[in-house]
Amino acid sequence: MPYPEPIQGFIETLSFLEDRADRIQALIELSKSYQPAPHEKPYPTENRVPGCESEVYTWVSLKEGALDIEIVVDNPQGLSAMALAALLSEALQGKSPSSAESLDGELVFALFGRELSMGKSLGLTNLVQQVKAQSLKLA
Amino acid sequence: MKINQNYFMSDSIQNRGYAYPEFLVDTDWVAEHVNDPSVIIVESNEDPLLYPSGHIPGAFEVDWTLDLNDPLVRDYLDKDGFEKLMSRIGATPESKIVFYGDKNNWWACYAFWVFQLFGHTNAAVMDGGRLKWIKENRPTSTEKPTAESTNYQAPNRDDSKLRAFRDEVLSHVKKQGQLVDVRSPEEYSGERMHMPDYPNEGALRGGHIPGAKSVPWAKAINPEDGTFKSMEELKELYEVSQGLKSNEPTIAYCRIGERSSHTWFVLKYLLGHSNVKNYDGSWTEWGNSVGLPIEK
Repeated sequence: MPYPEPIQGFIETLSFLEDRADRIQALIELSKSYQPAPHEKPYPTENRVPGCESEVYTWVSLKEGALDIEIVVDNPQGLSAMALAALLSEALQGKSPSSAESLDGELVFALFGRELSMGKSLGLTNLVQQVKAQSLKLA
Repeated sequence: MKINQNYFMSDSIQNRGYAYPEFLVDTDWVAEHVNDPSVIIVESNEDPLLYPSGHIPGAFEVDWTLDLNDPLVRDYLDKDGFEKLMSRIGATPESKIVFYGDKNNWWACYAFWVFQLFGHTNAAVMDGGRLKWIKENRPTSTEKPTAESTNYQAPNRDDSKLRAFRDEVLSHVKKQGQLVDVRSPEEYSGERMHMPDYPNEGALRGGHIPGAKSVPWAKAINPEDGTFKSMEELKELYEVSQGLKSNEPTIAYCRIGERSSHTWFVLKYLLGHSNVKNYDGSWTEWGNSVGLPIEK
């Protein structure tokens, strides 16, 4: 099952970039579109993504029957988390909860490659899985 | 181990009372030596997007996965690989290599540790790492530097003094030797660290190596600027609170040996403990191995 747009399209764009540096640059540009959710500290621990060193928090709710995705990356240097957060938000915001069905851990490797550290891949994968779980709970 | 080279030392750090202050430099020192041909600055991060987004001008990137690890064996690069890496960044045996990076230098210390396996002792870590440099609004560049390639000759990697392997750790446990678990309290206690019904962090069992003291790596850091805590604070943290003795062998571990290289640096160079090793097999090996005891 393809990922929801624009995730699928972004992955296809990355696949055309042969140079790793170009793929990284595309992800850096994506991270710049991240908008932190307007929540105030301290963030609730139940919203924290487990195993993520960058301290990422997610809130998923329904607004007029559609998903409202809010993500805070509480680390100014968490660029990878910001890039992923921006993409997840754009893909799911205003969509039906079931649109998160196709999200999986492979998404992280499709975006960032296999050269991630174990901790980084765990944190990013957990971000995907937490947003997916929170979304599907609302279906 | 003392290197008599005051030229290479930061005044602010020299006054902190660390055992080997020559292995730590501050951001002022780095700013003054950005164009010093005898100094090579190396950024090493966990997040692969950080270095290309902007780095200290002239700094080379050393990537943990691509540069330091063997792609086929769970091991580090060999003599040949290290020589190629050092030649790529223009290093000679006389070059001072200064490491910095994200996560309060967690990855910088990891790279520093690997370089020590090849005996390149003319090296230091930049106190505060990448975050401090950025917070101080110091200049950054997205330009990747190139160096005139050198013909660096390295010795064979020597794991015997700084790296612990599984059987040595087991023997150390049986002798009730000093162990430091630098993971989070949740990892130490064996609580779940992953999403329910989704992949775990790579270990079948949760808990810690029997007898290990829990000192999360980041406790050695001032959270506001990422610098290392003072000698007195570090002594309190490791020696007074946890009872670690500076003259007894200590093995530090985490999940794969990256966070524990940060604690290894603190114990060995800042506190001056005489025999500290990093167990890079760490919990992914110990927690999965048949026949090895754990505690929860």
